Amino acid sequence: MALIEVHELSRIYSLDSGSVIALDRVSLEIEAGDLVAVMGPSGSGKSTFMNLIGCLDRPTGGHYRLDGVAVETLSSDGLAELRNRKLGFVFQQFNLLPRVDACANVELPMVYAGRDRKIRREKALAALGRVGLAERAHHRPMQLSGGQQQRVAIARALVNEPRLLLADEPTGALDSRTALEILALFQDLNHEGVTVVIVTHDAEVARHARRVIRFRDGHILSDQRQEPADARAALTALDHAPPAAEVAA
Amino acid sequence: MSLWEAIRSALSAIGANALRSALTMLGIIIGVAAVIAMVAIGSGARERVTGQIKSLGANLAIIQSGNVTQGGVRLGAGASSTLTDEDARAVLAEVENVTAAAPVIVTRAQAVYAGTNWSTQITATDLDFFTAREWGVAEGRLFEPEELRRGEIVAVIGQTVAKNLFGEQDPLDQMFRIRNVPFKVIGVMAPKGQSALGQDQDDVIFVPLDTGRRRIIGRNYARDRSVQTIMVKFASEDAIAPGIADTTALLRQRHRLPEDQDDDFIVRNLTEIANTATAAATTLSWLLAAVAAVSLLVGGIGIMNIMLVSVTERTREIGLRLAVGARQRDVLAQFLIEATTLATIGGAVGIALGVGAALTIARIANWPSVISIETILIAVGVSGMIGVFFGFYPARQAARLDPIEALRRE
Repeated sequence: MALIEVHELSRIYSLDSGSVIALDRVSLEIEAGDLVAVMGPSGSGKSTFMNLIGCLDRPTGGHYRLDGVAVETLSSDGLAELRNRKLGFVFQQFNLLPRVDACANVELPMVYAGRDRKIRREKALAALGRVGLAERAHHRPMQLSGGQQQRVAIARALVNEPRLLLADEPTGALDSRTALEILALFQDLNHEGVTVVIVTHDAEVARHARRVIRFRDGHILSDQRQEPADARAALTALDHAPPAAEVAA
Repeated sequence: MSLWEAIRSALSAIGANALRSALTMLGIIIGVAAVIAMVAIGSGARERVTGQIKSLGANLAIIQSGNVTQGGVRLGAGASSTLTDEDARAVLAEVENVTAAAPVIVTRAQAVYAGTNWSTQITATDLDFFTAREWGVAEGRLFEPEELRRGEIVAVIGQTVAKNLFGEQDPLDQMFRIRNVPFKVIGVMAPKGQSALGQDQDDVIFVPLDTGRRRIIGRNYARDRSVQTIMVKFASEDAIAPGIADTTALLRQRHRLPEDQDDDFIVRNLTEIANTATAAATTLSWLLAAVAAVSLLVGGIGIMNIMLVSVTERTREIGLRLAVGARQRDVLAQFLIEATTLATIGGAVGIALGVGAALTIARIANWPSVISIETILIAVGVSGMIGVFFGFYPARQAARLDPIEALRRE
């Protein structure tokens, strides 16, 4: 059984000016342990698709099973519980709470899971260690760089040990080197067994996935497996490359 | 999330916008302080009125002489002395449920003792007066019936007179003069305080009725037995109205008034006046409380306003919380707790301020300060409820946000 099973999934928005078909009877499966990039220009339906598999939205037609659970039958509280237990979100704008430190930010999903404080603290520190930020646990988001903030966000997404990590343009707000670091982190996590779905419009990001699904006009345009580019290797190469000025000379 | 954690998180959100939170709380602070201070002032005023009424004595009526018509001109109360001490005796003897009927003559005169003197009220009356007013001596004694009958030159003085005429000295058995007549002090009255009209009731000298007539006013006892007023005490409040009707009939008969002529006296029910005053004080305290309640309401609206702003500002935070697994009721609870915390802190500060204000005002106005635990508990409860009530709408707005929309909001 695949982790994600989507069958004839549709999402139609009713507007005053008529209805818009954002997603038109899409069917696909994503296996546990995969690293998938979902691509497409804006309006292609990729964001709608992400919202649906992220249980943030409900389909207007079709079926969606996440880890065996028929999502369309769940109540709003049921969806919240599913997001809490089985999904981890990473956003372009990080979306950290500015008033509390990194550790408290990472604890947030466990707060809603009803874990007690001691366990929360332990697990949050472990998750921060996993993304390489153990020493920054008590910094506030404002005291961290963009790349570090995104790592905190990833730690937060991982802390409840979700079945699926869902990243929406995770490198969109970062410079290219930091973006590579984040992609390398995703690849590392994937090697450890975490299923990752990255939604992006950036082909450079998509190169690092094992599977690329392209959307256009609410349909799947293509669905290909590929040999992923190695972000860690690219970083090493970057560190040893001569400065650009010397090459020009 | 435990309640304690939720409150801590609310406190941190409140602290993040300290100035704004403080200004918002100010509405509740003023409201709660106003309610406590106003209720305390209102009940203080009422207590004072009730106290003054009690000092007057219960179930009293006063008969004033006067209101005669001379050649078509009605002269009004007190214009003529139509009442006599015999009228008083007749009322006591013949009207049912009358427990005392005191003939009273009041005048002002200068009292002189050694090197000092003091202008005061001289009340000439008999023992029924003290029964009616439920008033006794602190030292010495009241008049003996024999002293009254013979019109002896003795006096019972009020506390204010004792202080002003005799100072630190013991006034008992001292001689002092009124209009050159030497009086002996046989008693000092217990303190009575201010009357409902603000008059000092202790600034008085009591003398036997006939002594007052002959020695101070200078009337001939044989020819003139008139008095200014008769104070009548009834056995119970219910007996006052029928008693007044009987008294009126009796006095008309004694004064031989034809049926078409007006009464030549006026009967006033003091209990009625007292009840009116109490009712006025009660109305006043309700009015004050209502004004204060309005300011509390305005404070509550301030909280709602700021919570709505807060929900709008933190839309992304709400979106994120929903995305990581917060249920609608978690978000609702978060904002409700925040609003309630805001209101409760405001309420606590307001209580402190209100109690302080009430005590200060009570001290300045020399009122009994009436700060009841009930008022404080109600104020705490009400400010908490204001948080819940005015926080509910913004909190529901937050809980109903669509997570996708909320996350996308800038």
